[in-house]
Amino acid sequence: MANIKFTKDHEWIRIEGETAVVGITDYAQQQLGDVVFVELPDVGKTLERGKDAAVVESVKAASEVYAPVDGEVTEINKLLQDQPDTVNTDPHGDGWFFKVKLSDTAQLDVLMNETEYKNMIAELT
Amino acid sequence: MRYLPLTENDRKGMLARIGVSSVDALFEDVPASARRSGPIEGLAPHEGELGVERRMKALAGKNIPAGSVPFFVGAGAYRHHVPAAVDHLIQRGEFLTSYTPYQPEVSQGTLQYLFEFQTQVALLTGMEVANASMYDGSTACGEAVMMANRVTRRSKAILSGGLHPHYAEVTRTQARWTNFTSIESPADVDGTEDLTGLIDDTTSCVVVQNPSVFGHVRDLSALAEACHAKGALLIVVVTEVVSLGLLTPPGEMGADIVVAEGQSIGNALNFGGPYVGLFATREKYMRQMPGRLCGETVDADGRRGWVLTLSTREQHIRREKATSNICTNSGLCALAFTIHLSLLGEAGLTRLARLNHATAAALADRLAKVPGVEVVNDGFFNEFTIRLPKPAAGVVEELAERKILGGVPVSRLIAGKPELDNLLLVAATETTTQDHIDALAAALEEIL
Amino acid sequence: MAMNSTGRGDTRPQADTVGGATATFTGNRGLQIEEALIFEQGQPGRTAVDLPEPPATALRIGKVKARGEIGLPGLSEPQVIRHYTRLSQKNFAIDAGFYPLGSCTMKHNPRLNEAMARLPGFADIHPLQPISTVQGALEAIDSLAQWLLTLTGMAAVAMSPGAGAHGEQCGMIAIAAALEARGDKRSRVLVPESAHGTNPATAAALGYTVDAIPATADGRVDLEALKAKLGPDVAAIMLTNPNTCGLFERDIVEIARLVHEAGALFYCDGANFNAIVGRVRPADLGIDAMHINLHKTFSTPHGGGGPGAGPVVLSEALAPYAPASAVVRDGDGFRLVEHPEGTSFGRMKAFAGQMGMFTRALTYILSHGADGLLQASSDAVLNANYILASLKDVMSPAFDGPCMHEALFDDEFLKGTGVTTLDFAKAMLDEGYHPMTVYFPLVVHGAMLIEPTESEPKESLDLFVATLRNLSERAMSGDAAHFTGAPRLAPRRRLDETAAARKPVLRWKPVEVLDEAAE
Repeated sequence: MANIKFTKDHEWIRIEGETAVVGITDYAQQQLGDVVFVELPDVGKTLERGKDAAVVESVKAASEVYAPVDGEVTEINKLLQDQPDTVNTDPHGDGWFFKVKLSDTAQLDVLMNETEYKNMIAELT
Repeated sequence: MRYLPLTENDRKGMLARIGVSSVDALFEDVPASARRSGPIEGLAPHEGELGVERRMKALAGKNIPAGSVPFFVGAGAYRHHVPAAVDHLIQRGEFLTSYTPYQPEVSQGTLQYLFEFQTQVALLTGMEVANASMYDGSTACGEAVMMANRVTRRSKAILSGGLHPHYAEVTRTQARWTNFTSIESPADVDGTEDLTGLIDDTTSCVVVQNPSVFGHVRDLSALAEACHAKGALLIVVVTEVVSLGLLTPPGEMGADIVVAEGQSIGNALNFGGPYVGLFATREKYMRQMPGRLCGETVDADGRRGWVLTLSTREQHIRREKATSNICTNSGLCALAFTIHLSLLGEAGLTRLARLNHATAAALADRLAKVPGVEVVNDGFFNEFTIRLPKPAAGVVEELAERKILGGVPVSRLIAGKPELDNLLLVAATETTTQDHIDALAAALEEIL
Repeated sequence: MAMNSTGRGDTRPQADTVGGATATFTGNRGLQIEEALIFEQGQPGRTAVDLPEPPATALRIGKVKARGEIGLPGLSEPQVIRHYTRLSQKNFAIDAGFYPLGSCTMKHNPRLNEAMARLPGFADIHPLQPISTVQGALEAIDSLAQWLLTLTGMAAVAMSPGAGAHGEQCGMIAIAAALEARGDKRSRVLVPESAHGTNPATAAALGYTVDAIPATADGRVDLEALKAKLGPDVAAIMLTNPNTCGLFERDIVEIARLVHEAGALFYCDGANFNAIVGRVRPADLGIDAMHINLHKTFSTPHGGGGPGAGPVVLSEALAPYAPASAVVRDGDGFRLVEHPEGTSFGRMKAFAGQMGMFTRALTYILSHGADGLLQASSDAVLNANYILASLKDVMSPAFDGPCMHEALFDDEFLKGTGVTTLDFAKAMLDEGYHPMTVYFPLVVHGAMLIEPTESEPKESLDLFVATLRNLSERAMSGDAAHFTGAPRLAPRRRLDETAAARKPVLRWKPVEVLDEAAE
C-alpha cells in the first residue's frame, strides 16, 4: 500500500490525511513472542521522533515502541488493553497502537517503503 | 573438611583432564600484585562442629532472651508464640534449600505457598492484590512511596508523625538519593494529628501507621477521602500484623497501598532480621507493584499450576526501567507466615488478636495505678505509650538490672527531642503473664 | 477438591501427553500427591492452635470498629502438616540434587548453621532491647564483620542491607554521597553489557544515566572502550569480578587506576566472590565498595527465594558515609549507632540487619576457617573447569580458555536441531537435574551458565557430564520432540506463562465472587 511507511525499528505508520496510525510489524511481533501487555501513551501527549512512545511486553521481554514522527497522540487502541494478543494475530490491522497528528509530514520521506523494509528484514534473517 | 567432598585423588584426576598441573594455574588472570602464597593471615583455621558450637553458644549466652524474663518490648517487632509445627516445616530441605522458582515445573511447592501467602495478605489487609513479600516492613514502606510517585506522577510524600522513626528514616534516605521529597511531621504522641491541610495537588501520597508507633488506633476513612480529593494515594503501614485480626483493615478505610511487617506471624524476633514485608494494593495498580508476583495458570496437560508472572516489571528484564531493583523476596519467612496463619485460621487469629488486646488492657490498668505513671492512650491494640516522671531511658536500664525488659524509650527512636524523653512504649502479647505485669509494676513503683 | 482441570484453549507449547501415562482415580502419581489450596480445604470451627478464651472486657480501640469476617480457612494441625509436606515434595532443592545455577552459588547449606541461628540467645532477642542485654549479638555481628574485612582487605563494612540488590543500592548511595560531599556533580555510571539487571536498575533509580561498556571477543571488559567512555561526568563503574561470563577481569587493577584517575569510584558486584574468597582480596584490586551475598558465598539458605543479606565492604574513601545501624566497639563491649551520625548517608532498613543470616554465615566461616575457605574457592573453580573440559567437545563454550567458578556455553551446538536452550533445560528436569542458569548473561546467545560449587563430589560431576553429553547427542541426532515436549515427569508439564501474564490471577477468590465477576 502506497501510504504505509516503515522504520528500522520495525514500526509501521499508515497515513490517513493529517493523522497517521502507528503499529509494529509482523516481523516485530514474531520476534517478541506472545504479547501480554501494551502500555499506550496518553491521548494528547506530544511525541518526539525516535523517542519512547509505547511499551509492548511479552512474557520474557519488554520493548519500547518509538515514535516514527513528531506529533500529538489523538487516539489510542483500547482494544489492546483487554486483548493484547491482537498485536500477534493482526499486527497491521486491528493491532494498531495509536494515532498521531503529524507536525511535520516531511518526516515521512526519510522512512522506508514496504519494499525497502522487506529487504532490510531479509538481511536480518 | 566435612563440607568439601573432593579428595586429593579426585583433584589429581580432574586437573589431568583439564590439562593443568595445579589449581593455581587456573588463577593466572589474577594480577600479580593481588596474588597470595597461601591462606589470608590473621584468620583462624577450620574447626569441627563441637568447637564452632562452643564459640557460638558463648556468644549467645551473653544475651538475655525475651522468653526468660518479663518482656514488654515492641516498637516494630513483637514476641508471639510460634507453634512448633512452623519451624519443623520450614526446615524441610525442599523448602530451606530450594531457590527462586524460575523453573516452575519443579517449584510448585514454593509457588503454591506464595499464592496462598498473597491471598492471605490480601484478605488480612482488605486489599485486592498482594505481592510475594518484600525484605521487611520498612523497605516495603519506601517502595510504596516510590510506587505512589509512579502512579500519581508526583514526587512529594507526607509522612505521619505516628510512623515508626526507622521507617521514616528509610523513606527519607530513599527520598534524598532517588530524588523525591518526603515531608515529616512532629511526633504524634497523643494521636490527634490532622494531616489533611498538608495535602495538595503536588502530593503523591500520605503515609500513616495504624496502630501508630505510639499505639494509637484511628479510623483513616476521612484521611483517605482527603487524599483522593486531591489525587493523592493513602499508604497505610502496619507494624503489628496481629492487629489485623481485630481492627477494621486499612482496605476498608480507603487505603490505596498497605504495607506491613509480617514478623509477628511465624517469625522469631531474631534481633531485627530476617523479617518479611507485606505489600498489597488495588488491582488497577497491579503492574506498578514492586517485587515478585505469583500467578495461576495451567500446564500443557491442562492441570492447574502456578508461575512467577508480570516479571517484565522487574530488574532482570527492564534493567534501568524496572519498577525497582529488587531481586529477592523473603521466601522462607513468607512460608513461616503462611504456615502459622494456616494453623491459626479465622478463629485462631481472631482469638489471638483479642487476647493480645485484653492483655495490653490489663497491663494499662495496672500501670495506671503506679504513682507517677500516666497512660497516654485512650485506644490501642497491644502497645501503648506511658509518660514517666523522669527520662525513660534511665528507667529501662534500671529495669534491665532487675532482669525486666520494660519497653522502648521513645528517645531511643527519636533523638534530640527532650520533650519526648519521659515517654516509654510498652507492649503486651499472648505471651505476657499476670506475673510479668505484676513484676513490672512492682519494679516501677520502686524505681520511680 | 476444586481442581481446575479444564484447559484454557491453546496451551503453549503444543506438547504430546505422557505416552501411556497411568491414569489414577485421584490424579496422584505415587508419592507425587495433588494438593488443593488451603482455602479449598478449610472448615469453620477448625483450628490448629488452642488459645485461652480472652476475658470478656470491653474493647479499647478508640473510634475504630472491630472487623468483620476475614475469610481465612480453618484447618487442624494434621491437615496443615500434611498440606505443606506435600507441597515440599514438589520442589527441587540442593538437599535433593545438583543445582548448577550459574551466578547463584547453590552450595550445600550446613545444618549446624540452622542449629546455631536458633539458639534462644540469638533467635529470641529483640533489636531494641537495652544494649547491655545483647552484647553477645553485637559481638557476633562484629566477629562476622572482622572476618569480612580481613577476607576482603577493605576498611569498613555496612552490615544492614537485607539482600544483594539492597547492598548494591547501599554501595552506590555511598558513592553518590562521597561525590556530593566533595561538591562533584557527576551523572553517568558505566556498566558492562553483561551485567546483572540489578546493576543498571540500581544506578538508574539513583538518577544516573547508564552507559553500557561492550566486551571484547574474549569476554572481558573492553579496556579501550572503557577509556573512551571515562570522563569528568562519570560517577562510577559497576563491575562484577569474576564477571557474569565466569571470567576474571585481568585488567581490573588497570581499570581501577583509570577510574580513580578520572575522579570516579569503583563498585564491585560481589555475586561471584565464591571464586576467589580466601585467595584474592578485592581491596588489592582497587575497588571502593562491594556487596557480599551471604546467601551465595557464605551458604545461608536460599529458602525458595529469600531471605538474603547483602553487607557491603567499603574503602577508606567511602567508610564515612556508611548508613545506620552500625555496631561499634565501646571499650570492652559494643554499642549500636542507630541514628545516622555525621556524614552517614541515612538508613537502609529498620533495626540492625539480618541477624539470622549473620549467625549462619559466621557459623559457616568458623567451620571453614581461612584454610577451608581457600580450599572451597579452589574446589569451586576446579569443579567448573572440570565440567568445561569434559563438555567442550560436544557443547559450545562461549569463550576460549579456562573459566573461574562457572562455565558459560552458548546455543551454537544446538543450531539446526530445532532444540532451543529452553528446551534443553526442560529435558534436564526429567533427568533429575535443576537446569543451569539460562539466557543470562544477555551478551551470549541462548546462554547456559553452569556453576557447580565446591559442594559437588566428583561422582556427581561425572554423572552430570555424562547426562549432558547424552542430551547433546540426542539433540544433534534429530530427536527434537524429546526436548520440545519436556518435561514429562516433573510435577507439572510446561506452564502457560503467557496466559498468566495476560489475565493475571494473583489470589484465590471464593466461588461466589468469581460467579459475580462472570456476570
